[in-house]
Amino acid sequence: MTTTDLHAARHDRSVAGEEILRTEGITKHFGPVVALRGVDMHLRRGEVLGLVGDNGAGKTTFVKILCGYQRPDAGKMFVEGQEVHFRSVSDSRAVGIETVYQDLALVPQLPVYKNLFLKREIVAGGRLGFLSDNKMRRLARQYLGDIKVNVPSVDAPVERLSGGQRQAIAVARATRSDVKILLLDEPLSAMGAKESALIIDLVRDLSKNRGVSIIVIDHNYAHIFELCDRVNVIHQGVVSFDKPVGDTSLEELTSYMVSEYRQEIMSGRAARQDG
Amino acid sequence: MSQAILPHAGGDTYATPSARTAGRSGIGWRVLVERREAAILVVAIALFVYFTVASANFLTVADLQNLSQFVGPVAVIGAGEVMLLVCAEVDLSAGTVFVFMPFVVYYANQDLGLPMLASIVVAVVVAGVVGALNGIITTSLNVPSFITTLGMLFALDGIMLVTSNAAQLTMPTVGTLSNVFGGYGWSEIIWSVVLVAIMYVVLNRTRFGMHTVAAGGNLVGASEAGVPVNRVKIWCFVICSALSGLIGIVDATRITVLDPGNPGTQEMFYAIAAAVIGGTALTGGSGTVIGAFVGAVVLGVLFVGLTIVGISANAFVLILGAAILGAMIANVQLARFAEKRKLPS
Repeated sequence: MTTTDLHAARHDRSVAGEEILRTEGITKHFGPVVALRGVDMHLRRGEVLGLVGDNGAGKTTFVKILCGYQRPDAGKMFVEGQEVHFRSVSDSRAVGIETVYQDLALVPQLPVYKNLFLKREIVAGGRLGFLSDNKMRRLARQYLGDIKVNVPSVDAPVERLSGGQRQAIAVARATRSDVKILLLDEPLSAMGAKESALIIDLVRDLSKNRGVSIIVIDHNYAHIFELCDRVNVIHQGVVSFDKPVGDTSLEELTSYMVSEYRQEIMSGRAARQDG
Repeated sequence: MSQAILPHAGGDTYATPSARTAGRSGIGWRVLVERREAAILVVAIALFVYFTVASANFLTVADLQNLSQFVGPVAVIGAGEVMLLVCAEVDLSAGTVFVFMPFVVYYANQDLGLPMLASIVVAVVVAGVVGALNGIITTSLNVPSFITTLGMLFALDGIMLVTSNAAQLTMPTVGTLSNVFGGYGWSEIIWSVVLVAIMYVVLNRTRFGMHTVAAGGNLVGASEAGVPVNRVKIWCFVICSALSGLIGIVDATRITVLDPGNPGTQEMFYAIAAAVIGGTALTGGSGTVIGAFVGAVVLGVLFVGLTIVGISANAFVLILGAAILGAMIANVQLARFAEKRKLPS
């Protein structure tokens, strides 16, 4: 074990897997707005890490950087010990990072099976790219059956599915391939209890049985405690809290967030008085 | 022709399961609602029957050839516009490319002395470059394609007027090659059927077509999923422009007169009208190349039919306007109706 691993292990007793992802000092500005001020984070194999924080704390920006959709201004990223520089979503996919965005990135007019294979189409004819529709239909049916996701038909346009079914299709698309790290942006938002249970089971199965490492972003702390092994709070663009869920509680997390929020308001007042 | 109304005949990938599993009584109605081409095909057949009954002369070979020569260019430019409308863009300069590329053939052949076939290839490539410019300006510089291609329309019209000194030219011809490219009376419709069939396959059966739908259906989502949306859009502009240039050369070879006084706007508007009447939405994400072809047939039957039964050509414009409005209203209402009737999931 390296010193960084020992450092990490001190924070995290719940998971024994080796480190799969690490970021150091990730920063990102949008014009004058600072979204991230230096995010240091790590993730272990098979671990489910919850990422919480207020609106605008930088959670979504951080995820978009991890998946290569946006590039950081500064900072380093390591996947399985190797430093990586993602220039596109394809680059992050190449090392096994998959993302389910809050907006799900589904195309409403396309049928379920085409959404499942979007940018991963099975084609014949080389560069001409003729779609092998029947093969994709069959594999889609098979995979959705394997992970127990029910849809009326793989030919149904996604716009006809319920919110939970859409979420399940998006998770299914991300996990169909050889995924190592799965990023989930608010996977349980706008979902009924039964549909939430489906996603929760899916996430547990992926991490425990397939060894997938998962980062879950959520506003709802109850979801975090249900899904995750460890929780990180991103506040004002840095990770300000890092504990295994067994070492903390809903109450501690809530009061921590409230105190951070108070401090922010106080410092905001102070800044205004100074100005 | 009526075969295509049956749910299985078209093999359209967007046909929904409900259309396949519907009870017998519901099939016809559901297909009309869920397959956009079907409704307009009924209209096309009805018009065809009406004019056949109303005028003993309608089905002469000459009429059919006239009809085919109207339908050809509108259907091909329309197919190109469908690709762009599906990815939520539009090309207003396609008609100008259509009228200008024969001039490019003339310049390459007569002024530069290139062989005819090479001149045609050069002109189609130039058309593709015009499309690439439209696409690059639209995607990289964030100019709405309505504006980009409006500017391109005027710029190309200006280049055409300046280079020709606003004087008419005669399209050079060379035997068999020119017969293939428009000299033979039916060549235009043959070209259009072949090109539309190719575009049908491209849109419905290839990865590129799927990415085009994705780019128009959910631009952000498609790019998050890794679809190179800008590249897809640029290629759609190239395809639309190259198709317009190619069919323009065929059309000019048939007519033989190159008239710089025609900016090509009418051809462009007919093509967009055919696409819209055929069931392609302007909002992106859905569209049908076959529908645009049928839309072109509807316009052609109206145009030729009204002339034969003795109604002034001026009335055609009025009817065209009414047809576009009617088609758009029907399109929106049918979509709303289909939404209400969607299966419980």
